Amino acid sequence: MLNAVGREIPEEILRMTGKEVFQGNGHYDGIVYRKHGPKTTCVINSGGSKLKKTIQEVLVECGIRDGMTVSFHHHFRDGDYIVNMVMEEIHAMGIKNITICASSLGKAHDPIVPYIEDGTITGIYSSGVRGKIGEAVSGGKLKGLAVMCSHGGRVRAIETGEVQIDIAFIGAPTCDEYGNCRGIGGRSNCGVLSYAMADAGYADRVVAITDCLVPFPNFPAHISMTQVDYVVEVEAIGDPAKIATGAAKPTTDQRKLLMAEYCTKFVVNTPYFKDGFSYQTGVGGASIASTVFLAREMKKRNIRMRFGVGGLTKPMCDLLINGQTDCLLDTQDFDLAAVESVKDLHHFRISAGEYANPFNKGAVVNKLDFVILAALEVDVHFNCNVVVGSDGVIAGAQGGHPDTAAGAKCAIVVTPLSQGRIPAVCTEVTTVTTPGESIDVVITDYGIAINPARPDLIQAMKNVDLPFRSIEELRDIAYAITGRPEKVQFMDRVVGIIESRDGTIMDVVRQVKPFMFSEERV
Amino acid sequence: MKVLRSATAGTLESSDCQVTVEPGEGGIELALESVVISQFGNQIRRVVYETLERMGIVDIKISIVDKGALDCTIRARVEGAVFRANGKTEDLPWGGLIR
Repeated sequence: MLNAVGREIPEEILRMTGKEVFQGNGHYDGIVYRKHGPKTTCVINSGGSKLKKTIQEVLVECGIRDGMTVSFHHHFRDGDYIVNMVMEEIHAMGIKNITICASSLGKAHDPIVPYIEDGTITGIYSSGVRGKIGEAVSGGKLKGLAVMCSHGGRVRAIETGEVQIDIAFIGAPTCDEYGNCRGIGGRSNCGVLSYAMADAGYADRVVAITDCLVPFPNFPAHISMTQVDYVVEVEAIGDPAKIATGAAKPTTDQRKLLMAEYCTKFVVNTPYFKDGFSYQTGVGGASIASTVFLAREMKKRNIRMRFGVGGLTKPMCDLLINGQTDCLLDTQDFDLAAVESVKDLHHFRISAGEYANPFNKGAVVNKLDFVILAALEVDVHFNCNVVVGSDGVIAGAQGGHPDTAAGAKCAIVVTPLSQGRIPAVCTEVTTVTTPGESIDVVITDYGIAINPARPDLIQAMKNVDLPFRSIEELRDIAYAITGRPEKVQFMDRVVGIIESRDGTIMDVVRQVKPFMFSEERV
Repeated sequence: MKVLRSATAGTLESSDCQVTVEPGEGGIELALESVVISQFGNQIRRVVYETLERMGIVDIKISIVDKGALDCTIRARVEGAVFRANGKTEDLPWGGLIR
């Protein structure tokens, strides 16, 4: 069945998953549903401690068995030890058919690929998969489907009970023996625990794993003891150097600087750039440079930001330090400066649900004026792909891309026109992750295209000296440089689903076919 | 022109390609490895064959490791490798056989 972004979703997949096809961002507005409740084991007499000695012991206590769903959060990014440590134990116990419900999986988790191959792990529900897991999934090694969700969509799935978590594992930089978790104060700090909050609230069993046990009460708790069944102390939960890096050096790449300059000029000429505006951006070089340039313009024009949202980095936290924003709303910290900033009274920790869940009574993304995003590919319909590489292999994650793009009044995608030989602006993206209706403008080093669905923005830019072009013109320039790309060759088998924020199917990902030259003689 | 010995041109840097040629065994034998093979494999093959044809090469073993080079780069690297394999490194026909 054809969906609202023109993708054919096989009937078989609709039957298998019980899902519907994507019918537009606002399709389910106002829908009424009852939330899922976790099976809760009350703790009346515990002797005052929930400590268990080993992961194995806690798995037994939680009644681990075949077919369960276990969950993880990705605040430790490439420095995460938790997923591998837990899955190693589950594998050693001979458990099969586990579904991993992680807020994201990255190259830190390459070691679990053998568990996919031997049937320990047969399902994945995650923002995305990178590295060797992505290759394994695209190569058809996962028995079930990999469902790729947005950060907000994941909370929706958990709260509606579409995904039911049996055991949630929370990596806690500090924790007391009663389960109060914090993202700061320990050796492996990640700042906040936002993505794990839905897990803590809705999983039947919740296990905190820490490498820094502190005296009770570990307050103010980021995740409360009232939600935690067990606590396990281990030697290390992550590699601090890879969890929060030092501040990224300001980019010197002229292409990125040019795009950042275009981006800032665009932003300041929109009607939304006025005192009290709100803003979110990512961690790419161009995004960070845009924030730095924007801060300069704000100072010059005496304009203050009301709130900044992230995925936070130093340049965003500098806005708070320099009094250029009233507050920051934080779901994840990418560098040490952002982790440190969590202690600031105007730096608010928010849950992934507060951040982006489309099925609660209103999330932060809906209050965004600007979001600045990247993309692997964007097509002439403004559809974006941030999950599947141009070679057809899953290599990224949805993250908050579809959430913020849908919510923000002005969603800007910044991307170089080509990355090596891969054109970023193309006729049709390999896989749709964010629908074109969410994207308002595409900024490249060769020009800027405003979505024709936004005549107001086109009007606002009428006398602005920027290289405006149509999206088709941008694609033509890209193809003139790189050549026209051929479509990637796929097998029939669907290995993954791009789930839209509301749980419908945006697109499917198929198993990749090894490349074969075409038969035509040359 | 003939391939008389083995020669290489190019690097393994991003957006470049490394071309290695050696005398063939009665035909054109191409081995291609490319980071963009799924989208540009056929196009790269076309450019290589066209370049060889233009240079009058019919007997060659050519192997290419491509890191996303544009057509112009691939052409230049193939020409470079072939001229080196022919022993010709001076008085190159710029604007003639080399475009």
